[in-house]
Amino acid sequence: MKRHSKAFWPLLIAALVFYAIVQGLIMTDMLGAYHTNTLIFIAINIILAVSLHLVIGITGQFSIGHAGFMAVGAYLSAIVTMKFDLPFVVAIIVGGLVAALAGLIVGIPSLRLRGDYLAIATLGFAEIIRIIFLNIDYVGGAAGMQVSKMTDWTYTFFFMLITILVIVNFTRSRHGIAALSIREDEIASDAMGINTTYYKVVAFVIGAFFAGVAGALFSHNFYIVLPSQFGFLKSVDILILVVLGGLGSLSGAIISAIFLTLVSTFLQDYPETRMIIYSLVLIIVMLYRPQGLMGTKEITDYFRGWTSKGGKDNGKDTIT
Amino acid sequence: MEKTPLLEVKQAGIQFGGLKAVQNLNLVLYPGELVGLIGPNGAGKTTSFNLLTGVYVPTEGDVVFQGKRINGIAPYKVTQSGMSRTFQNIRLFRDMTVLDNVKVAYHALAKHTMLASILRLPSHFAGEKKMEEDAIEFLKIFRLDRYKDELAKNLPYGQQRRLEIARALAANPKLLLLDEPAAGMNPQETHDLMELIAFIRKKFDLTILLIEHDMNLVMGVCERIYVLDHGQLLAEGPPEVIRNDPKVIEAYLGEEVTE
Repeated sequence: MKRHSKAFWPLLIAALVFYAIVQGLIMTDMLGAYHTNTLIFIAINIILAVSLHLVIGITGQFSIGHAGFMAVGAYLSAIVTMKFDLPFVVAIIVGGLVAALAGLIVGIPSLRLRGDYLAIATLGFAEIIRIIFLNIDYVGGAAGMQVSKMTDWTYTFFFMLITILVIVNFTRSRHGIAALSIREDEIASDAMGINTTYYKVVAFVIGAFFAGVAGALFSHNFYIVLPSQFGFLKSVDILILVVLGGLGSLSGAIISAIFLTLVSTFLQDYPETRMIIYSLVLIIVMLYRPQGLMGTKEITDYFRGWTSKGGKDNGKDTIT
Repeated sequence: MEKTPLLEVKQAGIQFGGLKAVQNLNLVLYPGELVGLIGPNGAGKTTSFNLLTGVYVPTEGDVVFQGKRINGIAPYKVTQSGMSRTFQNIRLFRDMTVLDNVKVAYHALAKHTMLASILRLPSHFAGEKKMEEDAIEFLKIFRLDRYKDELAKNLPYGQQRRLEIARALAANPKLLLLDEPAAGMNPQETHDLMELIAFIRKKFDLTILLIEHDMNLVMGVCERIYVLDHGQLLAEGPPEVIRNDPKVIEAYLGEEVTE
């Protein structure tokens, strides 16, 4: 829709300027490894949150197996770089594509289910994926697989940008409207000529692709990749990002990814109380903002409110 | 009438477990007709609609639309082939804007691909622009254009009904199925609705099948009426015949007490 493209270029330029400043600070050693790593973590969490937002927030399919697709991306990309010595970019894309394929295989049968049943099925699939990696000796089994650190700020930032652009562009098109209508009312959507199965699978596959990308960036940020990193709790962590941000709000997902990554990073100095404080933060937010930080609104909605004040006559008061 | 029927239902029925919800249903609709489907609560009217639109697969008989047998076809394909419907309990996309509600129905008519949208190719912008313009034009016909940026759930009840009809029509149907469009409306709104139905029928050259409880509306606008009771056809004919049919009166009012 046209009204969003107005904010598009300023936001893109702001993002690139932010990238350049951070990159400059890293190159001049003003930003230490610790802070750089925090930024990388934030960006990876944004990719995860935004990709799950497409599945849950836009299409309304309650999937809690996102860590499974992340694991596929993590392992496949590690195989590509460590066993085949191919460049990192190739590894990220292979990781994403294989995760997307996994999403397709998982999605076609399980997206016939709804609500709780879909949640249980996706959870089960994610565990199956994790157990498979746990039992393959080629990738080290439970001991994990050695990976050299290749993830840096540039890779992470640009893949994050691509993720956001693809998902925003998808959402703001006839295809996104079709996906939204499934969230709103699947029966009516079907009756309006939308192939609901197709769009559910598509959203799931795109979500899985970017989860795989995030997994690739994640595994190459450590020196080892382990099956235990992709358990149920990781899926829940990603789910929390989306729910806390507000189901249906992309900027909410981004904001909560930034917020929660910072909270959990700062709390690393207090390991004994960390999970208590983290949980308290979540409880407090949910008590005071049960609809999530942003509800279903986007951050651009607020800017639009400022710029077009007085010029709009389709406000609520005209409805009688 | 020697025209070929637009919709022909032959001996259709559906059984849920041991319950025969609808059986031996025979309907014929010719192009341009406005036909009513009435019956007491639980007679199987909405179930019949679901049989026609592919929500249920008939366990017996056939549904033939535009000369093609369509039983067992997915609802979205039935809609794309030219049969669109509204629902008894309004099923709008509540948290989407009025404009987006109509755009959903335009979805199947637009051609730009998902890749074009993701890469923001020119075909995306052209396609979206056309969709938006068409949808706004459409809302104007229904005098809903001033609500276009409003969330559907914030519309007054009567306007929500209008929007649902508008949305169904945006899918460009030849046959429109209306499931109790006047439910919950006051007499004035019902009157407006009758005018609206007559208007869209002419404007879009539609064939309409209408489920309704409001007898004034049915008798006033329909040319032919089918009466269902206990899942079976009870009577068929023009309003004046139906009005005086003792079987119909019995189904609605109960048996006459005889001493």
